[in-house]
Amino acid sequence: MTKDLIDILDLSREEIDELVAKAGDIIDHPEDYRSKCAGKKLATLFYEPSTRTRLSFESAMYELGGNVIGFSSATDSSVSKGESVADTARTVECFADIIAMRHPKEGAPYVAAKNVQIPVVNAGDGGHNHPTQTLTDLLTISREKGRLDTMTIGCCGDLKFGRTVHSLIAAMSRYENVRFVLISPEELKIPENVRTEILEKGNITYEETDSLETAMPDLDVLYMTRVQRERFFNEADYLRLKDTYILTPDKLQYAKEDLSILHPLPRVNEISVEIDKDPRACYFKQVRNGKYIRMALMLKLLGGGLT
Amino acid sequence: MIIGTIVDGLVIDHIPAGRGMELYHYLKLDRLQCEVAIIKNASSDKYGRKDIIKVGEVIDLDLDILGFIGPQITVNVIRDGEKVDKLHPELPETISDVIRCRNPRCITSVEQELPHKFKLTDRETVTYRCVYCDTKAPKQRFH
Repeated sequence: MTKDLIDILDLSREEIDELVAKAGDIIDHPEDYRSKCAGKKLATLFYEPSTRTRLSFESAMYELGGNVIGFSSATDSSVSKGESVADTARTVECFADIIAMRHPKEGAPYVAAKNVQIPVVNAGDGGHNHPTQTLTDLLTISREKGRLDTMTIGCCGDLKFGRTVHSLIAAMSRYENVRFVLISPEELKIPENVRTEILEKGNITYEETDSLETAMPDLDVLYMTRVQRERFFNEADYLRLKDTYILTPDKLQYAKEDLSILHPLPRVNEISVEIDKDPRACYFKQVRNGKYIRMALMLKLLGGGLT
Repeated sequence: MIIGTIVDGLVIDHIPAGRGMELYHYLKLDRLQCEVAIIKNASSDKYGRKDIIKVGEVIDLDLDILGFIGPQITVNVIRDGEKVDKLHPELPETISDVIRCRNPRCITSVEQELPHKFKLTDRETVTYRCVYCDTKAPKQRFH
């Protein structure tokens, strides 16, 4: 395994399976892991706001018995004085054992990783990669379905800028008999490179549609996404597209009984709150799973020397 | 037109006609103290017209740049007036600071000192992508 996790494809399928299994063991036997990272420090370098990801990393490290340092916005750090990512990472390396970095610019965690000896985890770099979200999604699918192969996954909403969808497709394409239904308006269709370099090259079965209702009966997993205001340069385009797909109880009437509804959160209005009570809604379980998979990941990256 | 014969040096041959000057800059040949000649529109049996660059010293040439820019380019190494080697640059796995990433969301757009580095991701289609943000490289190859 590489020192860092920058892209979900840095992990082999076997390594992903191992992390999913480890997270399952942590869920079943949390007491066995309470001091695994005693004396270790995680630095959370968050150059842009995040609730779930930062708190998930921090609670994961606390549950492993370690400590956390860091900052939660660029204005709280030397970045506001113009310090480079490389220099910030080199400085933080003097204080911490592992870094989790979120940055609005694509490739910033890669720059950090190339400049330090300690592991760097990409906690989201702009619209590019967010590998621990993908690990969270995989753990959730695995726990809900009991497998990661042989299923139809519907990805709905913003498939163009939605980095979590791209990574999910890349990761799930490595499992057998996985089929994708890509549900989006024309303007937010999956990018050409994901279509050609992952789906077509991997000979993966997929179809594209703009109708959530039509796709619904086939789906084992429905992965909803938010149309993200921050990814648009043009506010008018955002406003025009943001309400394209809203999941309501009506639309679920043709869904399978064992459908699993996932969402990377935060949601705005794309999943009606009425769905929260439906046993098929998994998005809050997904948040909890995020902590466990990050515990498994940090344990693996910190490797030897753990108590 | 007669350009003197090289005793020790390099002949960069089969450069597509009109692109010699670009290549001169890519290879930073302006920094050399020795004689450098750019021959434009030389006749070529294979291509009709071609450019040639003659360098009056055997220098360490960046073959990766040549391989990235033009697979048909060859480099003849001349010693004591004799051709002692003919190099065929190959498609490099990575290239640095030859082309720039144009993605405004890329970290290189705000951190000026970072090298603009691209990796070969598809040999068949000769696709290079930015190592930071995975944006496809603009086509700079001579065809």
